[in-house]
Amino acid sequence: MTDNEHETGRPDGRPEGRPERRTPARVIGTPSTEAPLSGTPLSGTPMSGRPGAADEGPDFKGPVFEDPDFPAVPGVAGVVPQDERTARRAERIAALCFLLAFAALVAFLVTYVRLQTGGLSATGASHVALGGTLTLALLALASGIVIWVRQIMPKYELVQRRHPMASPEDVRAEVAATFVRGAGESGIGRHRLLRRTLLLAAAPLGLAPLVLLRDLDTTGVPAAQLHRKLRHTVWGERTRDGKPLRLVVEGTGQPIRAADFNSPGGILSVVPQGYEHDLNVLAKATVILVKFRPEELKAGTNRNWTHDGIVAYSKICTHVGCPAALYEQTTHHILCPCHQSTFDAADGARVVFGPAARPLPQLPVGVDEEGYLVARGDFAAPVGPSYWERGDAEARARENGGHL
Amino acid sequence: MSELRTVPERIAGPATFLDDRLGAGGFARRNLRKIFPDHWSFLLGEIALYSFVILLLTGTFLTFWFKPSMGEIVYDGTYAPLKGVTMSEAYASSLKISFEVRGGLLIRQIHHWAALIFIGGMMAHALRVFFTGAYRKPRELNWIIGVVILSVALFEGLTGYSLPDDLLSGAGLRVTQGVVIGLPVVGTYLNFFLFGSEYPGEDVISRFYSIHILLLPGLILALVTAHLILMWVQKHTQFPGKGRTNRNVVGAPFYPAFMAKSGAFFLFTFAVIAGLGTFAQINPVWLYGPYSPADISAGSQPDFYLAFLEGALRIMPAWELNIFGTSQAGTIPLSVVIPALVPLGIIVVGMALYPFLERWITGDHREHHLADRPRDNPHRTSIGMAAIAFYGVLWLFGGNDIISANFRVSLYTTTWAGRILVFVAPVLAYAITYRICLGLQRSDVAVLTHGVESGVIKRLPDGRYVEVHSRPAEDIEAHLRGREPVPVLPYDEAVPPKGMRGPIGRLRLRMSRAYGGEKIPIANGGPHGENGQAALPAGASPDALPEDRALTR
Repeated sequence: MTDNEHETGRPDGRPEGRPERRTPARVIGTPSTEAPLSGTPLSGTPMSGRPGAADEGPDFKGPVFEDPDFPAVPGVAGVVPQDERTARRAERIAALCFLLAFAALVAFLVTYVRLQTGGLSATGASHVALGGTLTLALLALASGIVIWVRQIMPKYELVQRRHPMASPEDVRAEVAATFVRGAGESGIGRHRLLRRTLLLAAAPLGLAPLVLLRDLDTTGVPAAQLHRKLRHTVWGERTRDGKPLRLVVEGTGQPIRAADFNSPGGILSVVPQGYEHDLNVLAKATVILVKFRPEELKAGTNRNWTHDGIVAYSKICTHVGCPAALYEQTTHHILCPCHQSTFDAADGARVVFGPAARPLPQLPVGVDEEGYLVARGDFAAPVGPSYWERGDAEARARENGGHL
Repeated sequence: MSELRTVPERIAGPATFLDDRLGAGGFARRNLRKIFPDHWSFLLGEIALYSFVILLLTGTFLTFWFKPSMGEIVYDGTYAPLKGVTMSEAYASSLKISFEVRGGLLIRQIHHWAALIFIGGMMAHALRVFFTGAYRKPRELNWIIGVVILSVALFEGLTGYSLPDDLLSGAGLRVTQGVVIGLPVVGTYLNFFLFGSEYPGEDVISRFYSIHILLLPGLILALVTAHLILMWVQKHTQFPGKGRTNRNVVGAPFYPAFMAKSGAFFLFTFAVIAGLGTFAQINPVWLYGPYSPADISAGSQPDFYLAFLEGALRIMPAWELNIFGTSQAGTIPLSVVIPALVPLGIIVVGMALYPFLERWITGDHREHHLADRPRDNPHRTSIGMAAIAFYGVLWLFGGNDIISANFRVSLYTTTWAGRILVFVAPVLAYAITYRICLGLQRSDVAVLTHGVESGVIKRLPDGRYVEVHSRPAEDIEAHLRGREPVPVLPYDEAVPPKGMRGPIGRLRLRMSRAYGGEKIPIANGGPHGENGQAALPAGASPDALPEDRALTR
C-alpha cells in the first residue's frame, strides 16, 4: 500500500477476470443494492445497508453501485478500503496533530492576552508569537485531516457519466416555441410605438449614472478648461507683498543665499516658500538646484535663467512624474529612479537615455535684494508627465519669443 | 467505535427542515457524491480561491482600524522614529495597525502575502488550463470569466497597495497618475475625475478605498462564484488514462473525500500564508516614511504582478507624438501609452480570444473533457511559452536597475538587452518549446512501440546481447494513447471549399494545417526484445515486473 495516488489507472482492478492483486478486505461507504444512495441523508434511512458489506472479502470485484451515475467500469478500482492496522495507526497520528493544533491555538489565545504591543521589540514578540502559533495550529490541523483522508478513508476511484452540455433538440424546440409565444403575447413585436418609446426612455436612464459621476472632479472648472490648470505652477505667483517666491530647501524650509550655495557637484531639492507642506504644490513645483562652473554649461541651458552658475530644473520627471532625485556628479546626469530616464543637467536637462521624451523644464532663477534665490517666473513649459492638451509646448514657447 | 447506520437526529432534523422548505434533497442526491478527478495541477486554482477567502477575512479585519483619509495629522503613536512627523491619517492608521493593534501587523502581512499568492495562484492556474486545453468547448465562458477575474485582481492589487500612503505606495500612485493622464484625448479628464483635482489631491485614497474594499472584491466574489458554479455544472476535466474517456469522470466523491481534502488544502494554504506573514517581512511601511510627491527612494518596485507593466515602461524608448504640433491638443506620449496598454492588451485579449481563434483554425466544435498533455498540442504549448517569455522579459526588466546594480552591468546595456529580448525571447521560446514537444511525443511513441528498458541484458543464441524491453504498465500506456491529433479543417487541393478561397480563407487553411494534424503518429506495436519479437512470453502479466513501472513513472 505504498501507492497513495488516487489517479490514473491503478494497477489493481484489472479487466477480464484476472485475479485482483489488491483485494479489498472491507468496503466502507459503499451503499448496498438495497439501499441506493438516493434520498438517504434526508429520510434518515440507513446509509450503508448491510454491515456485512464490509465482509465481502475476496469476492469483491470493484464497485457495487447500482446507481446509474456510478457504472462499473473495467479497470477502475472503485472504493478500496484502507487496511485496518494502517487506519488505526493513522488515527493516532491524526489525533496527535489535532491535539497539537489545540495546544497551539490555546497558546495563541494566551499570547494575545499576555504579550502587549508597545515598543518595537514588544510588538515584534507579540507578532512572532501570534503568527507562529497560528501557523503551527493551521499546519497541524491540515496535516491531521490529510492523514485522515489518505490513510483512514478508503481510496476512491469512482466513475461518473458525463452528459453533453447541450439540451436535447426537443427541449430546445420547446423553449424556442415558448419564447416566440411569450413574445407574441407581450405584443412587443406588433406594437412598434410601445417598443420605440420604451427604448427611448431607457437610453437616458443608462446615461444618468454617468452624469452623476461628473462631480468626481471637484475643481469646479469647466471640463474643457481643466488642462489649463496643468500648465502653471505657483512659481509664477508672487508673495502677498508682491515679491517673487523664494526657493527654500525641501524639508528644512531654509531660504538659500546664492553666495552660500557653493557646492559644485551637489544637487539640492527645493520648494517654493510658503508651500512647504502643500503636497499638491510639491507634486508640480519641486525643483532641483545644481551649481556649475561657467565653462561646464552647454547650449541647452538658458544662461539668462541661471544665477552665478546655479541652474534650477523641475524635479518632476517628464515621463510619468516621479521625482528625478539621483544625480551623478562626474557626468552631470540626473536620473529618475522609477524608470531610469536620464537627463544632462549641464545641457538643459536634455534626455540622455530612458523613456522620458522631453527635457526637465528649467526655472528662471535670480536673487532678491537680500541675496536669496528667487524664481523670476514660472516654467515656460508644463512640468511633469505629458497629456493630450499639452501639445509641443516647448516649440510654442519659442514661437512666442521665449527661450528653451 | 461504532459504524453509523442512520443519519443522526441532530443532522436529520435540520436537513428535513430544509428539505421541507427548499426541496434540496434532489440537489443533494445528485451532488453529494459528485466525482472530482485528482491531479496535483488541479489544485492551483484552489490556491487562488483560498487566498481570496483569506483576503476577504483579513481585509475586513484591517478595515476596522484603517482610516482612508488624506487629512494631515502629526504622528503620535508608539513608533518612535516617526514621532512628530506630519503625515496622512491613512499612513498613521497603517502604522497603528502595525504597531498598536495586537495581531495587526500579522494580519496586514498575511493580507499582503495572500494578495501575491492569490494572483500568482491565478496565473499558475490559468497556465495549467491553457496548456492542457481545458478552456476548450464547453468551458470557453469559464475561461473568459477567469481572464476577467485576473484582470480585475490586478486593479484590486493596485488600489490596495496604494492605500497605506507611504512613500513607496505614493510612488506607485504617481506612476499610475502619469499613465492615466497620458492616455490620448481622455487622459486629462480621467486624471481630474480620479483624483478630484490635480495630483495628488485629497480624494484618491478614500476613492481607492471604496473601490478596493467594495466594488472590486464584490465583482471578484460574484465572478468567482460564477466560475465555481460553471465548473461544478460542467464537471472538471481529467487527464486521459485507463477507464477515462470524454464521457466520464473518474475520481473521488465530493462527500466525504474531496470535501475533506479541500478543507485540508485550505488550511495548508492558510498555514503557508500565515507562516509567510509571520516570518517573511513584506511592505514595511514604517521604513518608507510618509508620502511626499517631492521624494522617492531608489529601487522602488511594484508588487510582482504589476512588474511586467513597470518593465514595459522602463525598456520603452522615448517616443512622443505631437500630432497637431504646437496647438493645445494631440500629444500622445507613446513611451507611456504603449507600455501601459499594449502588453496588458496582448496578454488579456489574447487569452480571452484564444479558445475562439483555436476553434476557428481547427474547425473543432466538439466538447472536450479530456485534458491535453502539453506536448500533444505543440503549437499551442509553444504559443503559451512564447507568451510566458514575453511576460517574463517585461517582468524581469521591471528590475533593470536592480539587475544592473547587482551584476555591475551598465544600466543602458541592461535596458537595451530588455528591448531586444522582449522580441527575441518569445521567438526562441516558441522554437525551443516546439522541438521539445515533438521530442517528447517521439519518446512517448518509443515507449509504446519499443517498450521500456527492463534493465535485463539477454544473451541470444548467436552470441549477441540485447536489452529486454517490456511493455509499459497499462495505466501509462492508456495515458500515452490518450493523445489524439489536433483537428485540421477539411480541405481539398483541387477545389477549395467555399469561404476558403479568399485571402483570409487561405490563411485560415494554412494556419489550420500548420497548427493541427499529428506531428508524430502513434504507431501500433508492442515492445520488442530481440528481432522485433515480443519481449515477454505470451500470457505473462505485464505487471509481473512492478519495477518496470517505476522506470516510467
